[in-house]
Amino acid sequence: MSVINNKKVGWFRSGTPWVWMSAGTVSISLVMVFGLLLLIAVRGLGYFWPVDVVAMDYTERDGTEVRVMGEQRETERVPLERLIEAGYPLENHHGDVERHLLKVGNRDLYGMDFRSVIEPDVKNRTIPEDVVVIERHEWGNFYGFLVSVKASGVVVAEGTAARTELKQRLERSLALHDEIKHIEKSDIGAINYELERLRLKQRKLMLSNTLDAAQEQAISAERTEAQQRYEHLQKKLTGLYAAINRDSVVVRSIEGREVEIALSKIVRIYRPNEMGYGEKLLHYFSKIWEFLSDEPREANTEGGIFPAIFGTVLMVILMAILVTPFGVIAAIYLREYAKQGPVTRVIRIAVNNLAGVPSVVYGVFGLGFFVYFLGGNIDALFFPEAAPAPTFGTPGILWSSLTLAILTLPVVIVATEEGLSRIPIAVREGSLALGATKAETLWRIVIPMASPALMTGLILAIARAAGEVAPLMLVGVVKLAPSLPLDGNFPFLHLDRKFMHLGFHIYDVGFQSPNVEAARPLVYATALLLVMVIVVLNLAAIHIRNRLRQKYQTGH
Amino acid sequence: MSNNNERKHAIDMSSLGRSHAGLSLDNEEIAINVRSLKLYYGDKQAINGVDMRIPKNRVTAFIGPSGCGKSTLLRCFNRMNDLIDGCRIEGEVDIDGENIYGKAVDVVDLRRRVGMVFQKPNPFPKSIYENVAYGLRLQGIKDRRVLDEVIERSLKGAALWDEVKDRLHESGMGLSGGQQQRLVIARAIAVEPNVLLLDEPASALDPISTLKLEELIYELKEKYTIVIVTHNMQQAARVSDYTAFMFMGDQIEFSDTDTLFTNPREKRTEDYITGRYG
Repeated sequence: MSVINNKKVGWFRSGTPWVWMSAGTVSISLVMVFGLLLLIAVRGLGYFWPVDVVAMDYTERDGTEVRVMGEQRETERVPLERLIEAGYPLENHHGDVERHLLKVGNRDLYGMDFRSVIEPDVKNRTIPEDVVVIERHEWGNFYGFLVSVKASGVVVAEGTAARTELKQRLERSLALHDEIKHIEKSDIGAINYELERLRLKQRKLMLSNTLDAAQEQAISAERTEAQQRYEHLQKKLTGLYAAINRDSVVVRSIEGREVEIALSKIVRIYRPNEMGYGEKLLHYFSKIWEFLSDEPREANTEGGIFPAIFGTVLMVILMAILVTPFGVIAAIYLREYAKQGPVTRVIRIAVNNLAGVPSVVYGVFGLGFFVYFLGGNIDALFFPEAAPAPTFGTPGILWSSLTLAILTLPVVIVATEEGLSRIPIAVREGSLALGATKAETLWRIVIPMASPALMTGLILAIARAAGEVAPLMLVGVVKLAPSLPLDGNFPFLHLDRKFMHLGFHIYDVGFQSPNVEAARPLVYATALLLVMVIVVLNLAAIHIRNRLRQKYQTGH
Repeated sequence: MSNNNERKHAIDMSSLGRSHAGLSLDNEEIAINVRSLKLYYGDKQAINGVDMRIPKNRVTAFIGPSGCGKSTLLRCFNRMNDLIDGCRIEGEVDIDGENIYGKAVDVVDLRRRVGMVFQKPNPFPKSIYENVAYGLRLQGIKDRRVLDEVIERSLKGAALWDEVKDRLHESGMGLSGGQQQRLVIARAIAVEPNVLLLDEPASALDPISTLKLEELIYELKEKYTIVIVTHNMQQAARVSDYTAFMFMGDQIEFSDTDTLFTNPREKRTEDYITGRYG
């Protein structure tokens, strides 16, 4: 007995249980991280795969027979009682029943994109060869069969001939659509921007009572010139619209209703049931590319999320630019110049506690101090001509970056201080002994050597800032921003503009969307993208840090 | 024991092939004149009134047990002690006839004239070239030709040129300990100081690097006044012309090295160099 006891005690004292326990904890953490990534990756990336379109005969709860067609998106097993309670006549069945979620599309016909069917009521499941899926700018997807192609209301092709005809005409209309979009967004956008600038210039001169006839004439000449350019573009647009509205396609839904869709409303047409594996792969990647590079459509449930990616990255970069000098200077003062004593101790405790303040509190502070106070005063001082419309006195990307800079300031200060304290006194003395002043020693030796630690702080700051949503909702993020904060109009970077953010996009699509079923996969895809953006930003910072480390490595 | 030690010194000195015969402080030009120097760390007194005349273009060694104040005294000569909180100094140190603790003294300029090499090699995390150029750049010298010339001269002066001339732009951290210490010496002499302070420069080096360093010190005294702190008595005997023995913050004895090691005036000096304590 005592031998066994000794063995046990020996095993315990050897530390083996602790090794097992820490290894177990590490494994659990790893499994959780990879499990999370895998889940959002599978859910998010599966969304872009072109699923076969299934047609079936279905008996409704009230006994009517219908034909339905759509993509089978999800399947789950449901207890029988629940379905019976819901009114399905399933009294003769046993056990669980499979329920499928079908994306039937055709929202203009059915009023909703999704419907669920239960397996026992499905008959004659087929995969029709000639199904076309039409992605539209409005009303979501259409699932049906091609009937004919029309030009100016006259049928030009039917049956199989319609397929090639449609392909050519769609290419033309897509090209026209791109041209229209380009003119509307950048050309007319630039003119509007210029007109607004002229209006503000005139108003400014009026406010300062220095508007004379010559200036007024110059402004109105410029304005007329811009107006003329606008009218010219407008004329061109009218022509383009007439051209794009020429063609249309007639399609028939599964239950036989015919619908005419203008080609100008169509984004893409494909036939998933005829696609080979290679074609599906191509389609898959083109969908992912659209998701990454395009603007959102249909209340953010379709299209891409490029503005949100752009906004997130730009905001984080601005934040990094703002927080670095602030944090580094504060840390240098605290560590190198301030007399170490109770006061610096209190300041350190305060800085550390700042890191624990809930982020939404920073949002409230940002709104009150930056937006209303700073922004309001900036408007009153520099932009009186724009009043009552605010310029900086409203949430925007600058205030968001500043708010997050304050939020992440403690991390940068603490990491930089840590780095400064680790520079050996011998190296500092070496510099001082050569006749360097304290400031020269700091700038030439100490700060370069502490820069890897500074980058560590910045990495932590970026990781935190890129994931923050709550404060941004108060100081600058919007559901849909009409234009990016960076564009071709002088001064190119528009710090006063509102912007889109991946984190907020997830919240918006997931919780505020009218079309929950359509939005769910997008939530996963966007979440995956947000994680990837953060990873890429961090990897970039880590790369810089490793370069710095190599350059300034100490020891030998 | 005593005899044994003396014989060892005799061998060491002859191995460097030089003689200390005929040295006398009375015939020397004085570079550093220390007058009743007292130093306090807070309330604790570390140096109890030292008077010392350090001759020009000679090697002067400070020896003594750990904590006797020899490094502290050395650091008084370029005011490195200013950096320590609560350090207070009384008395005078004249270098080239000027009291360096006077009110009008520019510390930065003083440190340019009095170079220092530390116990552990402390090259900057820069290239070999930039390490040596550091002091010159601080003075605002940017001309590439001037820099190239001074750097070559300094590295040659520190007996490092042949080993590093092909990799001047590689990191100074990549050199061996002995090379790093010579790099630090090159860095110090690049700004052409009058005085070179060496604070136990060989204590972190292996015997071969130590020998090289000692040979270098012997060559450098042609141009510089050298003060070296060491707790290796053989080293002091080998490289120095004059030696000061310090104990508990007092200067016990100061004379030419031969006299101090062969015929010490004080009992405590004899006890220390024969290894009876320390």
